[in-house]
Amino acid sequence: MPIPSGELVARLKKGDLRAASRLMSRAEAHDEATLASMGEIYKSAGRAHIVGLTGVPGSGKSTLVSKLVETIRNDGRRVGVIAIDPSSPFSGGSILGDRIRMTNLVMDEGVYIRSMATRGSTGGLARSALTAVDILDVAGFDIVIIETVGVGQDEVEIAQASHSTIVVSAPGLGDDVQAIKAGILEIADIHVVSKCDRPDSNRTITDLKTMLAMGINIAIKDQEGRPLWQVPVVGTSSEKGEGIDTLIQTIDRHRDVHRSTQLGVERMRRIAEYRTFKTAEDLLRSRFFDSTNNRLNATVDQIAKRELDPFTASTELLSKVAF
Amino acid sequence: MSSPIRVLLAKVGLDGHDRGVKVVARTLRDAGMDVIYTGLHRTPDEVVNAAIQEDVDVLGISLLSGAHMTICPKIMALLEEKDASDTIVVVGGVVPDEDVNALKEMGVKELLLQDTPPNKIVETLQRLGDERGPR
Repeated sequence: MPIPSGELVARLKKGDLRAASRLMSRAEAHDEATLASMGEIYKSAGRAHIVGLTGVPGSGKSTLVSKLVETIRNDGRRVGVIAIDPSSPFSGGSILGDRIRMTNLVMDEGVYIRSMATRGSTGGLARSALTAVDILDVAGFDIVIIETVGVGQDEVEIAQASHSTIVVSAPGLGDDVQAIKAGILEIADIHVVSKCDRPDSNRTITDLKTMLAMGINIAIKDQEGRPLWQVPVVGTSSEKGEGIDTLIQTIDRHRDVHRSTQLGVERMRRIAEYRTFKTAEDLLRSRFFDSTNNRLNATVDQIAKRELDPFTASTELLSKVAF
Repeated sequence: MSSPIRVLLAKVGLDGHDRGVKVVARTLRDAGMDVIYTGLHRTPDEVVNAAIQEDVDVLGISLLSGAHMTICPKIMALLEEKDASDTIVVVGGVVPDEDVNALKEMGVKELLLQDTPPNKIVETLQRLGDERGPR
């Protein structure tokens, strides 16, 4: 017999990690019966600092997360990690391999790692990633790190999901740094250049600093007109363990600014807005499939043959969705 | 919307051969399952901790080293100790016929040995998932 979600929430509030695990699975299943429990968790959360870490595939995100967590643990803070990898667009299945880079953390009781698949979500996050963050928050983790899928240019949802967003760039991408300027590079609160043991890393750091200096200053300012936060560029080498302390200090500094100024107030509102839209979208999607299940295939066949157009068909299908 | 079956595939102990487990990972992925792979040389404690954090339906242990009668009892005991006995444990790889029953008596649900065709692996996990039901 499955344990009722309400009971799991009560256990979660006492810090029970088995309950946390099971609740994350239920969040991923998107069963409407569990929504009330997820709502209760949301209301109890809000203590943890949420760090988003994003970057192109192979930029060293998982390895950096591993080093970061290891170092944060030295001062006793508990860290949760949500590591996201892509689902297959064909089978819906996935291979979640981020844990392989984090094996040194698995026996530490103060660290919790959960892998999630995107399941058709396209912004770099998994659909229930933020509920999983809430669950770890309520379980008492001080910092929760969300590692996105390896992204391209436009997967910027992480900025609306985390308090501090870190964008990781690897050296050697050369002119690509220029090319990806708009989009992903704009969302960083902190830029990291990884693999700084490589000789070409200085060039990447300089490129990023130049880009930041040239950027139009749209930052939120204090009363004297100074930006509340100036985006720094931190070089790290996970291999040599360099720059990790600086990065943690930078994250903590950003957290303090986030918590004490208008910066955080506006950020929290954007996050709330994003979650509302996303949750509504998910609900709409699942109800759409539930209520059009029988007719969808036939309709799609007709549209493929151009006997029907997608505009009329969608309007018609949406009118049948049960609310 | 229901969730795909979640599977943790583990290589435990001094066993460096992971071509097989990677083929299995790919097969399960293509059958729509979420597969988490631990990488090589894990300990029973690490594997059980990962299985709990990931809340997997199935723990698949790949063993080609002959250490199954040492490693499997440890894993089964740890799952019991940590209140995770509802995890379906499946062993794959090279296991002599005479050890098969002993492993099943320990609670290993199914052995998928070296001659198992890929579709049989998928069917077995789906059947075991259905038998256990929701949790």
